[in-house]
Amino acid sequence: MAGYLFRRVLQAALILLGVSFITFVLLYVLPADPVRQIAGRSATQQTVENIRQQLGLDQPLLVQYGRYLAGLVQGDLGRSYLQRTEVSTLIASRLPASLLLMAGGILCELVIGLTLGVIAALYRGRPLDQGLMVTSFVAVSAPQFVVGLLLLYVFAVQLGWFPIGGYGTAAHLVLPAVTLGIMGSGWYSRMMRSSMIEVLRQDYIRTARAKGLTRGRILFRHALPNAILPIIAMIGIDIGIFMGGIVVVESVFGWPGIGQLAWQAIQRVDIPVIMGVTMVSAGFIVLGNLLADIVTPFIDPRIKMR
Amino acid sequence: MIVPQQAIVAPLLSVQGLTISVRDRGVVRPLVSNLSFDLRPGETLAIAGESGSGKSITSLALMGLLPANVSVTSGQLLLNGVDLARLPETRMRPLRGARIAMIFQEPMTSLNPVQMIGAQLTEAIRAHEPVSQAEAKVAAIEALRQVRISEPARRMRQYPHELSGGMRQRVMIAMALALRPAVLIADEPTTALDVTVQREVLDLLRDLQAKTNTAVILITHDMGVVAETADRVIVMQSGRLVEEGTAAQIFAEPRAAYTRELLAAVPRLGAGAERAAPVPPEAPIPIARLTKASVHYDVGANFFGRPTHRVHAALGVSFDIRPGETFGLVGESGCGKSTIAKALAGLVPHHGLIEIGGKPTSSLKAHERKALRRDIQMVFQDPMAALDPRMKVGDAVEEPLVIHRIGTPAERRARVEDLFRRVGLSTEQMSRYPHEFSGGQRQRICIARALVLRPKLIICDESVSALDVSVQATVLALLQELKDEMGMSYLFISHDMAVVENVVDRLAVMYLGQIVEMGTRDQIFGNPQHPYTQRLLDAVPIPDPARRARDYLRPSGEPPSPLHPIGEAPTLADLIDIGGGHLVAKS
Repeated sequence: MAGYLFRRVLQAALILLGVSFITFVLLYVLPADPVRQIAGRSATQQTVENIRQQLGLDQPLLVQYGRYLAGLVQGDLGRSYLQRTEVSTLIASRLPASLLLMAGGILCELVIGLTLGVIAALYRGRPLDQGLMVTSFVAVSAPQFVVGLLLLYVFAVQLGWFPIGGYGTAAHLVLPAVTLGIMGSGWYSRMMRSSMIEVLRQDYIRTARAKGLTRGRILFRHALPNAILPIIAMIGIDIGIFMGGIVVVESVFGWPGIGQLAWQAIQRVDIPVIMGVTMVSAGFIVLGNLLADIVTPFIDPRIKMR
Repeated sequence: MIVPQQAIVAPLLSVQGLTISVRDRGVVRPLVSNLSFDLRPGETLAIAGESGSGKSITSLALMGLLPANVSVTSGQLLLNGVDLARLPETRMRPLRGARIAMIFQEPMTSLNPVQMIGAQLTEAIRAHEPVSQAEAKVAAIEALRQVRISEPARRMRQYPHELSGGMRQRVMIAMALALRPAVLIADEPTTALDVTVQREVLDLLRDLQAKTNTAVILITHDMGVVAETADRVIVMQSGRLVEEGTAAQIFAEPRAAYTRELLAAVPRLGAGAERAAPVPPEAPIPIARLTKASVHYDVGANFFGRPTHRVHAALGVSFDIRPGETFGLVGESGCGKSTIAKALAGLVPHHGLIEIGGKPTSSLKAHERKALRRDIQMVFQDPMAALDPRMKVGDAVEEPLVIHRIGTPAERRARVEDLFRRVGLSTEQMSRYPHEFSGGQRQRICIARALVLRPKLIICDESVSALDVSVQATVLALLQELKDEMGMSYLFISHDMAVVENVVDRLAVMYLGQIVEMGTRDQIFGNPQHPYTQRLLDAVPIPDPARRARDYLRPSGEPPSPLHPIGEAPTLADLIDIGGGHLVAKS
């Protein structure tokens, strides 16, 4: 176990190193010039050059990257070009809101997705199953900004059940979390349906029936724990998809999280902030997958950690 | 025909005019037609038949576990006078597991993999008895003790994958008998088990039945198992009862033609001795020669991810296969017989020396290795899994020729057509898909595919084990004919000693990765020396109710493990020649 964790953490560090390098190179070759953004349109050539030198942007790529990396290992994500603040401070102030939104989104997609998946499996081939699967297909294919705007229009503008945007109360969380979770719930319902159908035809389900157990007990004690196993690994991957999703959802709902921060930074070529958000997101994705792998052996006794 | 003293006892279970039908796309087709039989307390009734005879579906009907599109369309299933076929689910459920219990063929998959043994046992008890968890636990441990499982209290906290197949089947039996049901249905309870384990499980069932007076319905295709356990026998074919009688009657004087065919097809130990063909002589260059061949897999991981243990799947195996010979490799699951086959075919890396046609395989260049693959072909156990479901069978047989770029399309077609006729299929069937064939036909297709490259050696890895006995007999006859005609050699791998005795010239017995005894068929079967060989032979059920053996009474632990810490290889047993090339391991 200790050896396994050690190797996985090492692996994670290598992944983060790769992510940092690729992102850094991509931002370097970007045609947009961050210095022009900082200096403003009226700045003289001299001012521009001064700023460039000050930020070290006149150095070769590898030197710049080396400096960034040196800061990174000490936990220093650099300073924002435009907001005159430490990137870590910016992210720290925005992270709780994003984590709350993600937790809401995951809860939403699991509750909706798994429930509908199980129901579809139990009514396999009947109209209810077919209806649910069409719905899930729509949920998977609908773009998040469309879903977000639609939910806003119906439940906030027309019905007035929830606030239009902003952050603060539980009511504020509902619409953004549903928007974020709805795509995943489509995926989960389809996966859960096929996993459940597969499990329901296993021999041990027949054994459970032969024991004279009630339908409910067979479903909850024998079918569900087995059917959910392949889903758990998915939740880890999901965090990655969510990191993309929150950029859109936070913009639509004016949610003050790191998605919004990233969006603003990209528009203004604020390289340290973009890098910072990317690294933190990558860290969460790696952590999510690691957690999924650590949890699985506790649920499935057949799997041992190597 | 009913024996008078049995007629006095009222039947416990009475099946009358049972018809079970499947509804498939609006068409209703009977699976079982007008079946009637009685079951008395304490008796064992065997329902014997081949696949498709309707024996399993009958048992599912008794349990009320028929698939959604299958139903009882007429007749009655009377358990103590109550018709189970008309009982609503709410009244059927309390009977299931309590009054009428069932054990299944596949112990490996019949237990929930993520729940401990104990939880699965106590759950079965508490589903029917108003007892506390602690009381249920005591009853569960007692049930495990009844099925002679070692350390029952510890087993309660184990998961199914930690137990061997035989142990799991014992758990299933414990679960089924914990509530003392009046009727126990055992559907092929030992088919998936090794022969020595089968022997233990059959004896166990018989002992428990004598103790509890449970009536048992034993569903099986194995006439040897029928002869050893049944009081009365029903023979079924295509959903109909063809014969009913006491076990002694059925075996001594079968009346129906089908029963006679079935009994004639059963491979019997001792029958092989009648086939007095000489063993092919040693040739200067054997087809294949293994010299101290070993295969091992590394498992486990220490802090640095390095393996800590080694599974010695095959260890120091030496034998040769002569031209025109059928060489047998026998042993129970996990003994390494299939591993040796894979090493021979170059599918797993090996240590030691394997020579094919006098050339060591490890020193071959890529193109030589490809040529070598042409000389060795394999026929596997499950013909359905071995054929691509989306490829026409004619194309599947032709494919090896295409891969090795042999012949023009017309020549290839001609060779494939010829082979189809040769294995007893028609050339019109070449454009069909695997699912349109029966199991025996599929295996014929696999044999045709193995033959198409005109190999020198065909490895038959349990090639007839999944087939019904009547089909098995015809496929074995085909293999023999093909050998006589084309002169190749077979490496015949099987767990079934009776089949092996009927087909091989020489054989090796494997146990835990090593050969423990090797010799000609007459030497091994006529004069078995190693205790393991003797045990293997003793365990084979004899299809003759007059010769029932019973003396295996021991608690079951786990079989020894082939897993060893790295650096600690198991000791290699020396083989000693006791005369005429009959090699026996020193124990």
